[in-house]
Amino acid sequence: MASEILRARYRLAELADPSRFREPLDIRGADPQRLLAQLRQMVLIRVAEEKIGDMVTAGAVRCPAHLGIGQEAVAVGISEHLRPTDRVFGAHRSHSHYFALGGDLDAILAEVLGKVTGCSRGMGGSMHLFDQPRGFYGSVPIVAGTVPLAVGAALAAKMDGNGDIAVAYFGDGAAEEGAVHESLNLASLFGWPVLFVVENNLFSSHLHVSLRQPAESVARFAQAHCIDAEVVDGNDVVAVSRAAKRLVDAARAGKGPGFLEAVTYRWRGHVGPREDIDVGVNRSVDLASWKKRDPVRRLADALVAAGAMRPDELDGVYGETRERVEAAWRRAEAAPYPADAELLRCVYAE
Amino acid sequence: MSRLAYGDGIRHAFEHLLERYANVFVIGQGLWSPWYVGNSMTDLDKRFGRERVIDTPVSELACTGAAVGASLCGYRPIVVHPRVDFMLYCMDAVVNQAAKWSHMLGGQAHPAVTIRGIVNRGGEQGAQHSQALHAWFAHVPGLRVVLPYSPRDARDLLVASVLCDDPVVYVDDRWLYGLEEDAAPIAERDLREIGPRVVRDGADVTLVGASYSTHLCLQAAEMLARSGVSAEVVDLRVIAPLDPSAVVASVRKTRRLVAVDGSWSTCGLAGEVIASVVERLEPGVLAAAPARVTLPAASAPTSKPLEDAYYPTVDDVAAAALGRVGARALAARGRQR
Ligand SMILES: Cc1ncc(C[n+]2csc(CCOP(=O)(O)OP(=O)(O)O)c2C)c(N)n1
Ligand SMILES: [Mg+2]
Repeated sequence: MASEILRARYRLAELADPSRFREPLDIRGADPQRLLAQLRQMVLIRVAEEKIGDMVTAGAVRCPAHLGIGQEAVAVGISEHLRPTDRVFGAHRSHSHYFALGGDLDAILAEVLGKVTGCSRGMGGSMHLFDQPRGFYGSVPIVAGTVPLAVGAALAAKMDGNGDIAVAYFGDGAAEEGAVHESLNLASLFGWPVLFVVENNLFSSHLHVSLRQPAESVARFAQAHCIDAEVVDGNDVVAVSRAAKRLVDAARAGKGPGFLEAVTYRWRGHVGPREDIDVGVNRSVDLASWKKRDPVRRLADALVAAGAMRPDELDGVYGETRERVEAAWRRAEAAPYPADAELLRCVYAE
Repeated sequence: MSRLAYGDGIRHAFEHLLERYANVFVIGQGLWSPWYVGNSMTDLDKRFGRERVIDTPVSELACTGAAVGASLCGYRPIVVHPRVDFMLYCMDAVVNQAAKWSHMLGGQAHPAVTIRGIVNRGGEQGAQHSQALHAWFAHVPGLRVVLPYSPRDARDLLVASVLCDDPVVYVDDRWLYGLEEDAAPIAERDLREIGPRVVRDGADVTLVGASYSTHLCLQAAEMLARSGVSAEVVDLRVIAPLDPSAVVASVRKTRRLVAVDGSWSTCGLAGEVIASVVERLEPGVLAAAPARVTLPAASAPTSKPLEDAYYPTVDDVAAAALGRVGARALAARGRQR
C-alpha cells in the first residue's frame, strides 16, 4: 500500500525511541565556553519550571502552567543564532522560549503569580508571555494561533530589509490546524524569512501522535510546501544548534523559510506539575526511559569527558541556580498585584 | 424524580442518544480523556465504541465541517468544543455552511448537526480561554442557540437539539456542572416548542438570564427577597430564535427589567432582551430604565484579584435590581411632593 510506504518514510525511528541517544553529546568542534553557557541556561529553565510546578502544587500559582521540563535544549539551541531584532512567537508551553532569549527571571516568575512586575504586567500569566526588547513578540494558548502571526512578522522583516527573521514555535499537535498549512504555503510562496520550529514531543494533551496523524514526522508538511527542513534529536543542544544555524543563515540570506523539527518529550503532564498521570494517560514507562535522554545531563557528561567541566560542577550549577530562583521567587511574591483600574486599561492603545 | 447534576445530565443525554439512535455520533477534542470535558462525557467511548465517540486531532474547522457534511447524509452528529474560544477556527463551517444550507438551497438540505461549545473560564486562564460568544451565533439566522441553566434542561435540551432538523449551537457552562435538582426521567421534546420560562415568580422586578446568569438571577432574587423586593426570574433557555413573550409578559407585570449575561454588552444578549421587550411595550409601562449586567468591556484578565473583579456577581445583579426599584421609590416620592 502506497500509504504504508509513505508512513514508513516519515517515521521518526530512533529519534522517537527513548532507548537511543542516551550517551554524552558529541561536542567535537563546538566551543566549550559556549556549551557551558548553554548548560547554565538549560539548568535555569529547568529549575525555574520545577519551582513553578512546585508552586502550582502548593496552590501559590493558580494559572494553567504548561511545563517544558525535558525540552530545554530546543529553544536554547535555536536562540544561540537569534538576535534581539528577530521576532519570536510562542504558544502555551513557552517558558523555555522566553528564557532562551535571555528573558528576565524575576519578570516571568512575577507573571505566573499575576503580579504587576511580570513580563506582561500581570495581565497574562504563564500562557501569555512578552519580552519584545529581546525579540520575544509573544506567546498565547490558542493552538497554532501565532504561526500566521510569525509569518507576518517575517513579511515585515523582509520589508525592513535588515536580514532579521521570525521564529514560530509550535507543537506536533498544532500541525493539525489548518492555520499552520496555510502559513507554510504563504511563507514558502513569497519566500518570507521565518523559521518554523516544531517541538515534536509526541503528544497533544492526552493523545499520542499515532492517534492523531498518519505519520510521525511533522517535517513532511515542509516537504509538501517545498520548505527546507531538518529533523533532529531535540534533546541534543549541539544538533539543534547546528541545524538551526543552517536554516537561520539561509533565511537571513533571503532564501526563504526553514523548518526545524526537534524530537523531544515532556517530563510533566500536559498542564501542571504531575509526572505520574495526566489527562488520563499513564506514561510512566516511557517517561523513565526518556529521562535517560536528559538534554542537560548528556551535555554535562560530554563536557566532563572533554575536561571542560569538573565532575561535581553540574551539582554546583544546579545549587547556585536554585538559590537564584528562590531569591527571585521571594521578590515576585512580595510584588503587588495589578490595581483594579488595570482591568479597563489598555483595551485600546493609550 | 431523582437528583440530577448538570454535568451528569449532559452525559445522560449522550447516553440516551447514542443508545437509541444509530445515526448519532460524537466528534471533538478530549472525548477519550476523563479530564477534558468535566464529568460530562466520562466513558462514553468505552460504552459506545471509538467509532461513534471520536476523539480528534486539534482540527476544529475540519471536524466541524465534517460533522456538517455527515449531517447532510442522514447522520445527527454532535461536535464537541471544550472551549467556546476554540470554535473561532470553525466559524466558516458554522456560519457560512451549517446556518445557510437550508435556506440557500430552497429548503432541500438540512444540516441536522449539533455543535456543543463549553464555556470554561476562571482559574486565571485569561483572554483566549474564557469567552462566552453565544451572541455571535444568535446573530445568524438559521442557527438555533441553546443555553441551558437547569440540569434537566442541560439533558433534555441536548436531546432536543440533536433530534432537531436544524443546526443547533448548544452552549453549556462548566460553572454549572455541580448544580443539582430533582428531575423526572428524560423526555424527548421538540426544540421548536421550547423557549424562555419563568423560574421564579415575583412582582417588583424581572431578572432575565440564560445558563449561568440565570443561576446568578435566582440567587439575587433570594437576596432581594430578604430586603423586601420580590423579583421574578425568567430563564431564556433558547436565545435564537428568541421568543420574548414570556419576558414581555413578566415585565408588563413588574414594570422593571434587568438583563444579565455572562458576556459583553455591545451587540449582546442582554441588549437584545431589552430591545425585544421595549419594542413590544406601550410607552409608560416601564417604571424605570432597563439595566444590563454584563462583563466589563475588556478581555478576561488572569491575575486573581482582577479576575474576581471581572465576572458579574450575585451582588451586582441584586444592586442593579435595587437600582430599578429605587428609581420607582424616588419617582413616587417626587409625585407626592
Ligand atoms: C484552538 C485550540 N484548540 C484546542 C486547544 C487545547 N489545547 C491546548 S494545548 C493542546 C495540545 C497541543 O499540543 P502540541 O501542539 O503538540 O503542544 P504541546 O502541548 O505538546 O507542547 C490543546 C489541544 C487550544 N488551546 N486551542
Ligand atoms: Mg506536542
